[in-house]
Amino acid sequence: MDYIANTPQEKEEMLAAIGVQKIAELFSGIPRKVKLDCPLDIPAGISEMELAHDLKEIAQKNLSLGEVISFLGAGAYDHYIPAIVDHLILRSEFYTAYTPYQAELSQGTLQAVYEYQSMISDLTAMDLANASLLDGGSALGEAVLMASRISRKKKILISQSLHPAYREVARTYGRQQGLEFIQLQLNNTVTDLLELDKTIDQETAAVVIQYPNFFGSIEDMNRIENIISPYKNVLLLMVVNPLALGLLRPPGDFGADIVIGEGQVLGSPLNYGGPYLGFMAVKKRYLRQMPGRVVGATTDESGKRGFVLTMQTREQHIRREKATSNICTNEALNALSAAIYMSIMGRQGLREVAEQCCKKAHYLANRINKIPGFKVVNKSDYFHEFLLETDYSIDKVKKEMSKRGVIAGVDISRFDYKKEGLLVCVTEKRNRGELDKYLTVLEAISGE
Amino acid sequence: MSKPLIKEYSSPGRKGYSLPTLDVPDINLEEELNPKFIRQQLDLPELSEVDVARHFTSLSQKNYGVDSGIYPLGSCTMKYNPKINEDIARIEGLSNLHPYQEDKDLQGSLKILYELKNNLAEISGMDEVTLQPASGAHGELTALMIIKQYFKDKGEERKKIVVPDSAHGTNPASAAMAGFEVVELKSNERGMIDLDKLRGLVDEDTAALMLTNPNTLGIFEREILEVAEIVHGVGGLLYYDGANMNAIMGYVRPGDMDFDLMHFNLHKTFSTPHGGGGPGSGPVGVKKFLTSYLPKPVLIKEGNFFKWEYHRPHSIGRVHSFYGNYSVILRAYAYIKALGADGLRKVTENAVLNANYMKAKLKDVYYLPYEEDSLHEFVLSASKQKEKGATTLNIAKRLLDYGQYAPTIYFPLVVKEALMIEPTETENITTLNKFIATMINISREIENNIEIVKNAPHNTTIKKLDEVKAARKPDLRW
Ligand SMILES: Cc1ncc(COP(=O)(O)O)c(C=O)c1O
Repeated sequence: MDYIANTPQEKEEMLAAIGVQKIAELFSGIPRKVKLDCPLDIPAGISEMELAHDLKEIAQKNLSLGEVISFLGAGAYDHYIPAIVDHLILRSEFYTAYTPYQAELSQGTLQAVYEYQSMISDLTAMDLANASLLDGGSALGEAVLMASRISRKKKILISQSLHPAYREVARTYGRQQGLEFIQLQLNNTVTDLLELDKTIDQETAAVVIQYPNFFGSIEDMNRIENIISPYKNVLLLMVVNPLALGLLRPPGDFGADIVIGEGQVLGSPLNYGGPYLGFMAVKKRYLRQMPGRVVGATTDESGKRGFVLTMQTREQHIRREKATSNICTNEALNALSAAIYMSIMGRQGLREVAEQCCKKAHYLANRINKIPGFKVVNKSDYFHEFLLETDYSIDKVKKEMSKRGVIAGVDISRFDYKKEGLLVCVTEKRNRGELDKYLTVLEAISGE
Repeated sequence: MSKPLIKEYSSPGRKGYSLPTLDVPDINLEEELNPKFIRQQLDLPELSEVDVARHFTSLSQKNYGVDSGIYPLGSCTMKYNPKINEDIARIEGLSNLHPYQEDKDLQGSLKILYELKNNLAEISGMDEVTLQPASGAHGELTALMIIKQYFKDKGEERKKIVVPDSAHGTNPASAAMAGFEVVELKSNERGMIDLDKLRGLVDEDTAALMLTNPNTLGIFEREILEVAEIVHGVGGLLYYDGANMNAIMGYVRPGDMDFDLMHFNLHKTFSTPHGGGGPGSGPVGVKKFLTSYLPKPVLIKEGNFFKWEYHRPHSIGRVHSFYGNYSVILRAYAYIKALGADGLRKVTENAVLNANYMKAKLKDVYYLPYEEDSLHEFVLSASKQKEKGATTLNIAKRLLDYGQYAPTIYFPLVVKEALMIEPTETENITTLNKFIATMINISREIENNIEIVKNAPHNTTIKKLDEVKAARKPDLRW
């Protein structure tokens, strides 16, 4: 199936209009020396029916989360997405549109993005937000570059309690601009604030803190703010889970300068890691230093409200190498999902999801702590994720769980921590029966 | 009346969601957590499901997508996206997967990713491909980091990236982000690389030349091997911006043109919808000598087992939290499967046929600044119309009145009053004729009734917007 619309007769007619005999003549500008002289080594095309069939067959080789009880989190979360979200983003006027260059025919995308920006600003209690970045990790990359531009300094203090993959991406981005990353050590599962106090100085461009952090713990932002605030021109950069902000005090309350995070939790499916949604919200005075697109409200000739891409003088197609970032295609459709998700959940719904996640996680953790040989590492408050330590082998726990159709959590031996354990995440999708099953397996191991 | 914002429908206590009743013993979070962490106020709207459905449906009706009609945006490649790909991306066993599941449980998806990267390598003549970058510009940035690291490992500190003046804005922006200096190369009067100028520009400090071929005018750089020789002659690398791959698939490969590395725009060439500005996907392909620099993890096959390999000491590092925009990649995979080698070649042929047909029909009405043969897109100038008082922007807006989307305007920068047109292979002659007739009609209007063009659009739900006001007094949220 090749999805080509012209019939052979029509092609002839077109060739005649162009004034050539054969299609091959249209390629005569390509020198023979570089022309491919054999067909590509790619299997012959197939019909739509075969395609659907083949891909369903390949899908059988995967273990989908629908077949198991998953306690995986660590930056990608299995939340319930109300049916309306996919129905609305499947409206083809949305998903088959391009970047809204002609505002008059793109008011749908533009207004939805304006609403998205507004809701992200509300949620984070920041002045304004951009129209999306590629994902959480690359948003952090952009954010550290931005912090360095604003402060005209190169030293970034980054907590080890930050997602390891995000730290890796930030390093990849920052290395090119000569940024220096200093990792702040952990105290249990939160940032060691004594070390922050010792390490921070006037040369620091930004302090980067995740909230809740990689281990699910809620960092003491008041104390962090107090440590940073005596230093002039040192930015507080927060990486937040926007869903947790349904329950937790927002970054704006702690004087954050730049807030970024992963918006997947706001209505984007897991999709094996992408496409996700990087968001960024900032203080107003940093608008011109902010990467990415923004949509603004204005009026048309008749005084009617309308929306346009604005502040484009920051962008790559105007300032080219002087632009605040190279972002062109971003994650507009995921931003739309987020806008719909936030609208349907509303203030109550977001609060309730966040509370359910938190309460269920605490139920599981409190029970785990009663089982000999198992312990929750987090000493301070945590949201919906915690680090589980065991006297038994992690592999054994994973295997016993897996036998009963449970994915026990993310084994953190895959990261750069000197700790061992399972990062366990509980979302509102896990019910009491599933949580109790988890406990039963641990009890069985413990009782052996 | 303008359309209310979603917030304006909000009513305290209204509810559109439902959740199961909490089935664990309830706890008071104000006691369980430190109360100083608990949020007091949250300002999100409160709506019923029908409010949300109607609001966003009504917004969608104010939008124009490829399913609404022709979208002749040059360089952006707005082809029709087969519906089956949307279904495939939603197959439970392909979509409901967590990035930290174990490789052994994901052999189906890893096989798809592995095959796709091999297909892309074959289509491009590169040796290895990473699927991690999430957009074209992200791919550029990744590739430029690879270039930087390559020279660093050779003990060289090359600073310059050469970019033609016709290049897309992301090229210089990506180069700057990767810590390079950008040197602009002026095109010659035929819209192509001037070999002598290039020779004069490159030296031992040149890290790479970034180029798309066909270039952004749709013209194939015939002297590409000479270009490669000049750049390689000073030890520099040749980088291919793959946004124009639909002009050459099955005919010529960047690898065979001596390019060392490149990015793809899956959301252009391989028919994955642009979603109103994303998500996209921008895989990067490299020749063998650069493979060790690719972002980690790298997908490998051991016997019949697919797995992610993390130990890559020369890698530039990660550029994405996980593995890239997987579900966009799925759609591209489905597309290539459906077409096969023969189909891909036909796509190229028909994209080129459609563009040349339109060019033949329009070049006497609008000025054609470059006479060279063009492939899948071409650039006209509204300079004749400008003399009569109507700009390219006016023409673009007038097109909207006729229910058709406008071409890319004012790009490439080398053409004054540029109109860059790319019909793509999925449009048929009937649609093309309609667009051609409209373009000719607008030119006539400029002669007979210029005010109607200058004041366009008239028929859209919203009229010309005050962009100056939007920029001077930014209103970016409610
Ligand atoms: C020639 C060219 N290069 C690069 C890009 C950047 O790709 P993306 O928008 O996916 O970042 C584009 C798309 O706008 C393009 O047309």
